[in-house]
Amino acid sequence: MDFLKIDRIHHTYFTKTSAVTALSDVSLTVEEGEFVSFLGPSGCGKTTLLSIIAGLLSPTEGDVTLKNQPVQSLQHDIGYMLQQDYLFPWKTIEENILLGLKVAGRLNEENRETTIRLLEEMGLVGVESQFPKQLSGGMRQRAALVRTLATEPKLLMLDEPFSALDYQTKLKLEDLVSNTLKSFKKTAILVTHDIGEAIAMSDRVFLFSAGPGQIHKTFIIPKELRDSTPFDARNHPAYSDIFQTIWKELESLGTKDEY
Amino acid sequence: MEQKTNTKILHNQYIQSLKKEKRWIRFYQIVIFIVFFAIWEIASQLQWIDPLIFSSPSKVWALFLDKMADGSLLADLSYTLGETVLGFILGTLLGTLLAAVLWWSPMLSKILDPYLVILNSMPKVALGPILIVALGPSFTSIVAMGAIISIIITTIVVYTAFREVDPNYVKVMQTFGGTRKQIFKEAILPSSFPVIISTLKVNVGLSWVGVIVGEFLVASKGLGYMIIYGFQVFNFTLVMLALLVIAVLATVMYQLVELLEKKLIRNN
Repeated sequence: MDFLKIDRIHHTYFTKTSAVTALSDVSLTVEEGEFVSFLGPSGCGKTTLLSIIAGLLSPTEGDVTLKNQPVQSLQHDIGYMLQQDYLFPWKTIEENILLGLKVAGRLNEENRETTIRLLEEMGLVGVESQFPKQLSGGMRQRAALVRTLATEPKLLMLDEPFSALDYQTKLKLEDLVSNTLKSFKKTAILVTHDIGEAIAMSDRVFLFSAGPGQIHKTFIIPKELRDSTPFDARNHPAYSDIFQTIWKELESLGTKDEY
Repeated sequence: MEQKTNTKILHNQYIQSLKKEKRWIRFYQIVIFIVFFAIWEIASQLQWIDPLIFSSPSKVWALFLDKMADGSLLADLSYTLGETVLGFILGTLLGTLLAAVLWWSPMLSKILDPYLVILNSMPKVALGPILIVALGPSFTSIVAMGAIISIIITTIVVYTAFREVDPNYVKVMQTFGGTRKQIFKEAILPSSFPVIISTLKVNVGLSWVGVIVGEFLVASKGLGYMIIYGFQVFNFTLVMLALLVIAVLATVMYQLVELLEKKLIRNN
């Protein structure tokens, strides 16, 4: 049985003057515990697809099922991490990371403690009563990750979560996120336009082409890269081979888009 | 080590210079206050200005002591203050409530849009006579004046703030399966607090306008009545006294709103 099944998704955005097809005939499956990436140029419908999988958006056609159930009814099983942390500035870090549990009405002393412990494991000790703006960008994104993980989602979606960070922080966070997700055996989908990040973090990479968004090609990342941390993967000899392959594919798409 | 003590000295100097600046600002503020009243007093004594029209601080002060002694000022003052505070709270609460209703139902907000524009551009004090006839020449109708003057503008400003909340905060709530009510409570309302506070500050002034005009029309008691009465019997000392009392009360109300701001917006 497939864990996540995306079946012939079409999506069209309607405005007064136009109808833009963002996604056309997208089908894929993700196994439990797998980490996959959606890679592609801007405008290829990656974020649209993520919103559809999260049940935030109903596709014009097609179905998304998680363990054979439609995702619209499963919002508590799906975690979503945005490009920026979007911690609520008027809430303390503790209130922020407990938000999901509070909204779901599941907040109790036990999972409160578990969440605080997770925050500490992420290297954020003693910041519970601080406000987000007192924290650095990397710390805030880590707090946002704790907020997403606090509700114990079965499927985690990462929408370019490192794109707003400086390079060094980004590399460190990639390792942290990768290790954390592996230790919790979470299934995750990462949206990115960074080839290196996609290779370093994932088991499989789906390359999307734009206008309308379609799956152009799927790459399976070699086992030796999958088994190492993102940072080590970037230094692995196999890394540059797969990088070149994906790069060439992306280039062939790029000429159509007139970069 | 020496570097450290040096930094400490410099920091102390910096704090001292800040304190000094603050003291000077306070000094000039007091100077302006004293000079204003001194010139007013002298100009009136020396007949540079007509003392019958502009009165003088000493006369106003004497009248103040008189009216405090017989309790009539306190009665008028508390009457007007009650009306203003109630009008202010009602106007702000109803305005914010209406904004929440409009946010809740985008359809309704589209339907009501032209009416809001009309109501906003209409001079609300012009409704005064109708209110007084409908509600009677009483406390109620004056409170209604104080409220009505700020409701629509509060609705428009707060509703705009609700709509301009970063959609990503809403998205965070949606990914947690938040209901519309939860989204409003956790994201929309708190992120609009700064705007709500600034409309509160505007509404302090507006509700005073509504109440004073209301008292002009009803003309039975209160500070507005004091002004109209003083004007009719040509006792401008009375008018000046009422104006000064209003200035003090309005300032105090404004300060209270600022206090509320500090309480409400914790992450400042």
